[in-house]
Amino acid sequence: MSNVSRTLRAMPTLLRVGFASSLAYRSEFFVWILATNMPLVMLALWSQVAREAPIGNYGPKQFTAYFLVTLIVRQLTGSWVVWEMNAEIRQGTLSQRLLRPLHPILSYAADNLAALPIRAIIVIPVAVLLLFLTGRGGVANDPVLWLLAPLGVAGAWLMSFSVMFLVGTLGLFWESSLAIWDLWFACYAIFSGYLMPLGLMPVWLQAFLHMSPFPYLLSLPVEICLGAVSRGVAARSLSIQWAYALAFLACALLLWRRGLVRFAAYGG
Amino acid sequence: MTRYLMLLGIQLRASALLALQYRLDFVLDAVMSLFWTGSALVPLMVLYAQRATVAGWAWPEALLVVAWFTLLKGVLDGAVQPALSNVVEHIRKGTLDFLLIKPVDAQFMVSTSRFELHRSSEVFGGLALLGWALHRLGRWPSASGVAMAALLLLGAVVILYSLWILVVSLAFFVVKVDNLSYLFSSIYDAARWPASVFRGVLSFVFTFVIPLALMTTYPALALLGRLSLPRALGALASAALFAIIARRVWLFALGHYTSAGG
Repeated sequence: MSNVSRTLRAMPTLLRVGFASSLAYRSEFFVWILATNMPLVMLALWSQVAREAPIGNYGPKQFTAYFLVTLIVRQLTGSWVVWEMNAEIRQGTLSQRLLRPLHPILSYAADNLAALPIRAIIVIPVAVLLLFLTGRGGVANDPVLWLLAPLGVAGAWLMSFSVMFLVGTLGLFWESSLAIWDLWFACYAIFSGYLMPLGLMPVWLQAFLHMSPFPYLLSLPVEICLGAVSRGVAARSLSIQWAYALAFLACALLLWRRGLVRFAAYGG
Repeated sequence: MTRYLMLLGIQLRASALLALQYRLDFVLDAVMSLFWTGSALVPLMVLYAQRATVAGWAWPEALLVVAWFTLLKGVLDGAVQPALSNVVEHIRKGTLDFLLIKPVDAQFMVSTSRFELHRSSEVFGGLALLGWALHRLGRWPSASGVAMAALLLLGAVVILYSLWILVVSLAFFVVKVDNLSYLFSSIYDAARWPASVFRGVLSFVFTFVIPLALMTTYPALALLGRLSLPRALGALASAALFAIIARRVWLFALGHYTSAGG
């Protein structure tokens, strides 16, 4: 049997296993979800400030829409591979994954994707709240943008998953891979639009940022959903996003091959 | 008492020796803390580029709050957080037994089990910010203001520590929660803003439930000479109250500990 069809056959089972384990550790999962409360705090903060007078193009209503969509996109695109890999490499339990006739990146991906139904429990009420608070005018009304939005969310997921896998792979070379992740996340928090809409940043910085990978992780899908970009810009940005995602994925896979020879399981 | 002080010394030395094994981490952590100090400022800078004052706070005054936030973050990262991850791990694996059988108070053992003092470099970042903020303000705080702020710092550490004990106690009931420290720091992140920026529900939560306001905004107000004595005393009293509650909850939770085979 060819590699691809074997993988495809294994995928439904892997997803079921992942879903079952996210149910089993639901308290941990709930903590993860609570830990992404930042957009709500930022929402309270910015909309309070904007109540006196709008900041840039953003009034309280625009901030509400922005941060609620941010919360949704963040829930849908988040992964936790880097911590999982770090623990498995240090404890040697990675060897169990290596025994399977599948590339470990696929089993990690299945684990993370399988958690999406539970995340939806959070996402759906937020989405309803969003529509209720901002009305139809708060989000994009161009159907083409709504067709592009899933593509943007999927691209953001793949990109952040690949970066996490890449950093996790560094754990094979070096025991402080989590410190690198912290550094990455610090940049992400500021430059991806997590703490504030990128449109509020100084103009010179914005031009620079759009060459960096960060806006494509969060800001791009959010702005597509909000209708803050035109079709042309959205399509062009999406191609950059997917190029970044595939490039990170390729780097991660290459590094994984080189790093794996260094792996030595103790016990496991 | 001297026994506990001696024990604290031993634990500190053990942690220092452990830290010395990872020299690269040391450098990386120093760089990181510089970075965090800077990044904590970015949203504030963007906001103050648009406004002269936010909720009655001018830029140098808000800077004081960020300075205090950074200072406490250093304490959190160096003295509180490492022990937290350590204990949660112990509870999960059932190896907490080894700490419990020692003939000293378990809460003390658990709280001092791990220090990562090299991660406390943010304390210096905080002090630098504090100096900058005071320089920008152009006046020095009064002696009573400084004394009050120092007392409030103590109160803030007590609150941080008590909140942490409460979080650890949770780990006795829901086992796989090794990410609790992320939740903890994500909530603490909101403390970088002056508390009066928040209104409504959040304002209530941040004053009474998770008293972030007492930790960073009150000391800044004290340095500015705007904090009345009753409010300062109230803050200290609630810190003490928090400590008592935390102790009670800890003892209750410990009673529910079932070793996992060790």
